[in-house]
Amino acid sequence: MNWPAFSLSIQLAICTLAVLLPLAVWLGRGLARSRFRGKAAVEAIILLPLVLPPTVLGYYLLVALGAGSPMGQWLADAVGVSLTFNFAGLLLASVIFNIPFMFQPIQRAFESIPAELIEAAQVSGLSGWQAFKAVELPLAWPGVLSAMVLTFVHTLGEFGVVLMIGGNIPGETQTLAIAIYDSVQTFDMQSANLMALVLVFFASFAVAASLALSARYRSRST
Amino acid sequence: MGTLFKRVGVHIALMSWLALFGVSAFAGTVTLAAASTLRYAMEDLSRSFGQATGHKLKIAYGSSGNFYSQIKQGAPFDVFMAADMDYPERLVKDGQALGPVLKYAEGRLVVLVSKQSRVLADSTLLDVKAALADGRLKKFAIANPALAPYGMRAQETLQHAGIWESARPRLVIGENISQATQFAASGAADAGLVALSLAIVPQLMSSTRYALVDKAWHQPLWHGMVVINQKNPAAADLLAFMQTPAAKSILKKYGYD
Repeated sequence: MNWPAFSLSIQLAICTLAVLLPLAVWLGRGLARSRFRGKAAVEAIILLPLVLPPTVLGYYLLVALGAGSPMGQWLADAVGVSLTFNFAGLLLASVIFNIPFMFQPIQRAFESIPAELIEAAQVSGLSGWQAFKAVELPLAWPGVLSAMVLTFVHTLGEFGVVLMIGGNIPGETQTLAIAIYDSVQTFDMQSANLMALVLVFFASFAVAASLALSARYRSRST
Repeated sequence: MGTLFKRVGVHIALMSWLALFGVSAFAGTVTLAAASTLRYAMEDLSRSFGQATGHKLKIAYGSSGNFYSQIKQGAPFDVFMAADMDYPERLVKDGQALGPVLKYAEGRLVVLVSKQSRVLADSTLLDVKAALADGRLKKFAIANPALAPYGMRAQETLQHAGIWESARPRLVIGENISQATQFAASGAADAGLVALSLAIVPQLMSSTRYALVDKAWHQPLWHGMVVINQKNPAAADLLAFMQTPAAKSILKKYGYD
């Protein structure tokens, strides 16, 4: 069992959630409530990472951020950071490829809140923030929760993008999914098995937990 | 007696090397991009490198072509140990590495079959040729000739044997040589042309057979290494270590000439 890879994957998943959750709640709610020209285009862009092959996404990120690109050079010269082959780069990639997994369920959850309820909250004199906290967020919570679970598990399992932009460096960019691939290549089926089982367990647990939580939530709120 | 001699020999070699280069006053870490055939040899090499210098190795394995493009994109490797001379030399030409590119090993190709396969592992590929004709051979594994040096040499070997055209539709291409070995060893492919250094790993020995291919049948599989990051002094120590008799005898043990 490759524990450094395991802990790296968990860290990556937690950091991805920390970056994406506030953004997705803020923007997802905004999108749910607004109508504007080009909304369909925005939604399509959000969906794009879901339909693009991960290697395509990884390739573009590598080309855009690598040392040979203008952006990569600017980042290195002016800011002094590199976003390829390190944790920061993995995090950026992870945030991008999780956008649809985070935004979609959250936007749908906010859309499904009846407009009358929101109006009622306004009429009762709740401020925007109070209404959000007391009315909208609790109603949208099952969606938010499933978005979080999906994102977390998806990050643990992502392979193509991470391989392209991370480069399989043990302890730095070798995540669990890549460590499994590496073990298979080493004919080390025993640790490949173990790590694969860990991922299966995690995925099943996460899905079961989110189903159970949202079921409990629904039964309580109706 | 023999092993004693060997141990004394290794010891003397290490000592003289230490006297020549001196032990660096610090213990550094070298991030190494290593060709995937090196996996097994590297465990031993890494241990004796650590004992000799106090440095630690952090190793990523992959295909030389992949590493080449990643290093061009600024991947933070200190040393690149490729499965050929060409990729490191291209990095020098591109200005990504200062050079020189040093040869550290020579790889060998083998015909590898799983014990269940109905194709024989023979070094002249005569049975491979026959099996292609009579349908016993449905899939033949090689590494990607466009990316992996072992794949290129495998292609040359098949061309030399005069069966490249007939084998072509039956080829299964591994992304790197480990994967190609995996295909042949598991029986997923009926046979394969892979690296000796992978064919002799303990996990495969019990379930496979192999035969060494004459090295005159293909361009030499010289393996070259180059320092990528000049700022890490431990990188030069690794290159120096790889040229010691101690390192050479470990490489020999793991299937390199």
